[in-house]
Amino acid sequence: MIIRSIPVLTALALLASGNPSSVYAQNEIAAPTNLANLIDPGVSGVETAILAQAPNVPPPLKRKFATKVIVNLEVKEVTKRLADGVDYVFWTFGGDVPGSFIRIREGDQVEFHLNNHQNNKMPHSIDLHAVSGPGGGAASSFTAPGHSSQFSFKALHSGLFVYHCATAPVGMHIGSGMYGLILVEPKEGLPPVDREYYVMQGEFYTTGQFGEEGLQGFDMNKAVDEKPPYVVFNGAVDSLVGDRSMTANVGQNVRIFFGNGGPNLTSSFHIIGGQFDTLYQDGTMTNILHNVQTASVPPGSAVVVDFKANAPGTYVLVDHAIFRAFNKGALGMLKVDGPSDLLVYSGKEVDATYIGKAADAGSETEKKVAALKAEVAREITSNPKIADLNKQIQIQKGKTVYMQTCFVCHQPTGQGIPEQIPPLALSDFLASKDKENIIRGVLMGRTGKITVNGKTYSGTMIPLNYLTDEQVANVLTYVRNTWGNSGDAVTVPEVAKIRKESGPPPANPYE
Amino acid sequence: MKTWMRNSIMALMMLMGAVGQSFGQTPPAGMALIPDGVYRPLFRGESDPKEVIVKSFYLDILPVTNGGFLEFVRAIPRWRRSQVKRIFADESYLKSWAGDLDPGTNAPANVPVTEISWFAAKAYAQWKGERLPSVAEWEYAAAASPTRADGKDDTNFTRQVLAWYSTPAPAQLPAAGLGQANFWGVRDLHGLVWEWVADFNTALVTGDAGSDNGLDRRLFCGTGSQGATDVQNYPAFMRYGFRSSLKANYSVHNLGFRCAKDL
Repeated sequence: MIIRSIPVLTALALLASGNPSSVYAQNEIAAPTNLANLIDPGVSGVETAILAQAPNVPPPLKRKFATKVIVNLEVKEVTKRLADGVDYVFWTFGGDVPGSFIRIREGDQVEFHLNNHQNNKMPHSIDLHAVSGPGGGAASSFTAPGHSSQFSFKALHSGLFVYHCATAPVGMHIGSGMYGLILVEPKEGLPPVDREYYVMQGEFYTTGQFGEEGLQGFDMNKAVDEKPPYVVFNGAVDSLVGDRSMTANVGQNVRIFFGNGGPNLTSSFHIIGGQFDTLYQDGTMTNILHNVQTASVPPGSAVVVDFKANAPGTYVLVDHAIFRAFNKGALGMLKVDGPSDLLVYSGKEVDATYIGKAADAGSETEKKVAALKAEVAREITSNPKIADLNKQIQIQKGKTVYMQTCFVCHQPTGQGIPEQIPPLALSDFLASKDKENIIRGVLMGRTGKITVNGKTYSGTMIPLNYLTDEQVANVLTYVRNTWGNSGDAVTVPEVAKIRKESGPPPANPYE
Repeated sequence: MKTWMRNSIMALMMLMGAVGQSFGQTPPAGMALIPDGVYRPLFRGESDPKEVIVKSFYLDILPVTNGGFLEFVRAIPRWRRSQVKRIFADESYLKSWAGDLDPGTNAPANVPVTEISWFAAKAYAQWKGERLPSVAEWEYAAAASPTRADGKDDTNFTRQVLAWYSTPAPAQLPAAGLGQANFWGVRDLHGLVWEWVADFNTALVTGDAGSDNGLDRRLFCGTGSQGATDVQNYPAFMRYGFRSSLKANYSVHNLGFRCAKDL
């Protein structure tokens, strides 16, 4: 019995010895240095995170298991170029704006060391949006210069997350460059691409105007009013332009991890000349959209965009709130080299002269032309031959209308139907009535007794208001000049006037 | 002279000296008189008073220098770098000094002493028969511009103070006393080094500005500045923030101190 219990006793003795390294030695995990470093059984191994400076990112993770990751991030206050001739005291994570890119995997256990360089003036902290816990880590990382804080967290969610300093006044710390991105890859990783880049937008609230030379200070009033002189990518004007452009070849898939540190403005991220074949909206790895032109990226958020470079040339990344791109620095470049496909994009094919038709409305020319046209119209109407020709046209057109509508009752030769439909041919009724009466009769219909050529008729003529003004004018001109009738033309304005004055016809003419 | 006459003359002189000192007519050498005043704390709990009466006190005109601190460690060996206990001063204590009793070229005698812990600063003050100023005393004295007791509306002064936070820390700290004296005759409260105060760890901000609006009555107000009395006074914010990041045994390369004394 004693012999069987020896392994149990040994195990108990080992556990009781309080020396963790003896228990875990066979797994080759580093011994925890203090009791706060608990070991998670779902996590194996330790590695130190590879950090990268924008516009580069650490390489995609190859491992298929969760591990313990040690992150060492140093805060450094540095004076450097914000624009040509313009310097600024940047407060940075890792020496640069944006801060170092951290790349881990869903489920990893992170041991985070925030190191505040002894030459810095200010205390700093960090809030990573990937952390589930108070302040995103800020409550546990408030660090004086020359000191270091450590805390640990588990990466529970995949996604592309922003991190930033959270020391009061937070807006000033963020506005001085203290932001960056941490990518928590999903368990299956991201689809592979040919190039990956890191771009982060941010505003700078300088005491001077855009371009004013010298060392600039931070202007709290401008920050509260949200009126930055500078809106830039990667911490400086022209950081991604010229020699510093991103590059790719035709046919390659390019991925950009794009974040917005703010502190105030939402970015409308767009690549001129391209579309986002795949957009990981808001940095989530599961809400994937395709074929998007412009991504909205609020401060404190990020997106991943994949797109294929189909045609060679320079693609300009902008915040599409366009004055920020061209007047404040929110502009970067991606240069794509390679053969062109004229079917995808042809370039300019034709360059020709073009002369428009009309002068601008309201210009002097237009007014003169209108006056001359009115005089031409007067000349025409006062010319009898022309007037007569126009009347002939109306008669011809009116005949068509008559043969579609009126002949049903009044018969093709205008003779009417005895005792039922009055004739139109040689009608004394037509001759005795003025034009307004005739027009009104067509538009409103007629009821009651009338006498035509000595005979009485008491039927009902239905309203023909559904005919256009032109049709009414033409058919009446025809009727008044055919079958022995003669009369002047009926014009469109005359019909329109009567129609307007009379209002709608009675609903039921047979009542 | 007869002994009784000499003794009585000496006694009379000592009496006059004592009387003179108790009326505070002449500040001690190197100190300025800060008269009675009122200080509005930037952070306060709901039950704390809106205004704190600051009784008149003496304040060092300059921060304590390397030269001054050298005399202290010569006199009191347990505060020398090689002998100090870690609980009273961390590994960065007097790091720039060449040796225990040799400040060296990186710590000139007339430059403010830094890399000293709160415990060390307090011990120095006690050794001199003085003390550290309180937050209220320090902030009240520091509110003065060169021409006014309360420099709040002096835009030039405000701008100069803010500029210090935008400039990088110099590789070598300049000597104490180069700055303009404020209304009370005190120099370098702004623009040179952060300074320890006696009660640095009251009115704390935590590292997370979001939770600083919480119910804990001791922790008030973060960046939202909903509990702060003057939202424009962000240098004061930063000083409160900086003090909150400290522990009493910390040594920081641009954190020094000066002494105060009761009347």
